[in-house]
Amino acid sequence: MEEDIKIDLELDLRGLRCPLPMVRVSENITLVPVGGIVRAVTTDVGSLADITSWANTTGNEIVKKERVGKEIVFLIKRRR
Amino acid sequence: MTEKLQEETDKRRKATIFVISGDLEKLFAAFSIAIGAATCNIEVKMFFTFWGLRALKKNVHTGESLFARMLGILESGDINKANPGKYKFLGLGRWMFKKMVKEKNVTGLAELRQLAINLGVELYSCDTTMEVMEIPKEKLIDKVADPVGVGWLIEQSLQSDFIYSL
Repeated sequence: MEEDIKIDLELDLRGLRCPLPMVRVSENITLVPVGGIVRAVTTDVGSLADITSWANTTGNEIVKKERVGKEIVFLIKRRR
Repeated sequence: MTEKLQEETDKRRKATIFVISGDLEKLFAAFSIAIGAATCNIEVKMFFTFWGLRALKKNVHTGESLFARMLGILESGDINKANPGKYKFLGLGRWMFKKMVKEKNVTGLAELRQLAINLGVELYSCDTTMEVMEIPKEKLIDKVADPVGVGWLIEQSLQSDFIYSL
């Protein structure tokens, strides 16, 4: 459950379009310690795939992603 | 994460993006791909030749000889004057496209280029094109590396994990 996970950083990426959501996640992930969690909220539909692929490529982990209405909420764990 | 993936991500991967077109949509694609790759910690080198040089040009006049001056006039302007490959309509297509991009809150072309630079994407220009079109290095934006040729491109391509051509 999301409530049980400690969020280290909140990113409001609503309104941003490709490639910016992924860029912002990448820029900010280093602000949390390894093992830390970033919660990012986007509205760009493509970011659902983009941020997932970014995590796969960079060796980070998507702990959770879900669509809430028009928003997509990611919980991303910094792994490296 | 498996150890293999860890190892792979430790060794920085490389990409080369070859840009021969100065068309708006191709430049959009080229810089978006560069940004995406750089964001994934991939070392990106972009090589611009022929009409692609528009992406690197300052907004200045180019050319000394008659033909090069004529070309400089026909191809005047910087990245902001890039026309779409279709529906140019004497600049109307560009104006309309830019308006649509802005309304949808998509990042503009010049901003994408700046973002790519900020992310460490390296920009290279073709020495022969610069020679033929009489566009010296001073007429390109400051972030462009010293001119290179096809030998350099081949070496970079061989070292790259993937190549895009636009």
